[in-house]
Amino acid sequence: MFLQQFANALALGSVYALFALGFTLIFGVLEVITLAHGAVFMIGAFAGLTVATKFNASPITAILVGMMASGILGWLIDLLAVRPLRKRKFHHLAPMIATIGCATIIISISQGIFGAEVYRFPFDFMPTTSYNFWAIQLTLLQIIIVGVALSLMLIIIFLLNRTKWGKAVRSVAESPRTAALLGIPVERVFQLTAFTASALGGAAGVLTGINFNAIHAFMGGPIMHRGIAVIILGGMGDIRGAVLGGLILGLAEIMSVAYLSSDFRDAISFGLLFIILLVRPAGIFGSNIERKG
Amino acid sequence: MIEFLMSFWQTYNTLFYTVLVHGMLALSIYITLACGQLSLGNAAFMGIGAYTAALFTMKLNAPFGIALLAGGMLPAFVALIIGAPTLRLSGVYLAMATLGFGEVVRVAFLNMSITGGSVGLNGVPPKTELWHLFLVMGVLIYFFLKLKNSRFGRALEAIREDEVAASVMGIKTTWFKVWAFAIGAFIAGVAGGLNAHFTFFLSPREYGFDFAVDILTFAILGGTGTFWGPLVGSTILTILPEMLRFIGPYRLALNGLILVLVVIYLPNGIITVKKKD
Repeated sequence: MFLQQFANALALGSVYALFALGFTLIFGVLEVITLAHGAVFMIGAFAGLTVATKFNASPITAILVGMMASGILGWLIDLLAVRPLRKRKFHHLAPMIATIGCATIIISISQGIFGAEVYRFPFDFMPTTSYNFWAIQLTLLQIIIVGVALSLMLIIIFLLNRTKWGKAVRSVAESPRTAALLGIPVERVFQLTAFTASALGGAAGVLTGINFNAIHAFMGGPIMHRGIAVIILGGMGDIRGAVLGGLILGLAEIMSVAYLSSDFRDAISFGLLFIILLVRPAGIFGSNIERKG
Repeated sequence: MIEFLMSFWQTYNTLFYTVLVHGMLALSIYITLACGQLSLGNAAFMGIGAYTAALFTMKLNAPFGIALLAGGMLPAFVALIIGAPTLRLSGVYLAMATLGFGEVVRVAFLNMSITGGSVGLNGVPPKTELWHLFLVMGVLIYFFLKLKNSRFGRALEAIREDEVAASVMGIKTTWFKVWAFAIGAFIAGVAGGLNAHFTFFLSPREYGFDFAVDILTFAILGGTGTFWGPLVGSTILTILPEMLRFIGPYRLALNGLILVLVVIYLPNGIITVKKKD
């Protein structure tokens, strides 16, 4: 029983981790809390759904299309709403407010187009095969979710740590000005990061859409709250922290539903967030936070 | 003429009430913005105030004044609890914590039996008179006029301009930020209580994130240099949708567009203050 719950938690938590990874990447590099990440996630799910229903695309194609759509949307948000603020020196809350505006626009327009209905993937989209390992039953869906999420996260971590591009991103995250002096095309790094991070959000969107088989204009809200809790839990801008934080939150939610009550589920993430702010605001891996004005 | 005015008032008195309530909400977020902090929980504070005040008048038959006071005190108390650990940190933490908090409040309203669950509360007694709204608004304007040159107001301004410099000058930054946040929650709660007693109906859906964004848009559009800004912003944004009924479901998109455009092109809002050198 416990191990089975653990497997379920892994599937849920790895999607949270994937979502939070993009979220924290944008914060680490662009220093913006992008509150449009939930809306970007929702658009990814709708893009995946559209190719699945209209063109009978396979799950992998749907995920790739979702990532592409979200990536482009995230890049556009950065280009149109965040970049103009980056050029002038502004109060640090200004870009965040701009992304709230973007989220509101995207969600409102999606609601206008898709209505308030809940959409589902085609019936035979995902085979309902399941496998037994010892006492645990894993569905093919869970294996795919965990597999896709983990491999995407590993790819990103590999790219960041082992490639020239990753080195550029890390140096921009450290200090955009120094990076620019060293000849790194900072603006391109910003835009590439916005694209990549949003694409991760899109992948999380399609995976969530398949997992719960419910896609609607407001599906970005709940995961947005969880993403915020996860990146604070893991330490803002910390890649390992986002992954671990996502898994911890997934575990906490599944266990609370299994052993307490499902009413608590939506409050778990806030509870975690509040506790971490109280006892260790820098997050699991974070060092002491400097007090910036 | 008199007849025309009467029928005009009949049609639009609710709108007029709403303009005043929205003005109070805009002021409630202004006071946190005045010290450089972003609260996304003011819709939730309004909700707590609305439910508290309504339950006081409905269940306890409390006098309206007491109910309103309770409706302000409870959110302020909650704000102290959330604000104390959060406001030690940089500004983004309050925004994120209040965003999560708003969600928790919504879930709580939906699941508690005393708040009527997803049905909400029906039959709140009609107690709000126009003069109540004018009185509260008058008190608020007086408060904000006095605030400007008071110790408290100057401390908030110093924190907004440069928090590190302010703390070096000996201003207890966290203390001031927490109190500004709690006062904002108090104002939002009272506004919620007043609102509940002329709409007669409370639904948990009204106090979600969308409305928090509305409140933020009031303040950002009007400008946060002086407290007149949020009042102008809220008045425009409350009357505008009435004239633009045809945009219907895209009203929120308009809000979002205003937020983005104002932040980029009009960073000080409509009402700009001249800086003294």
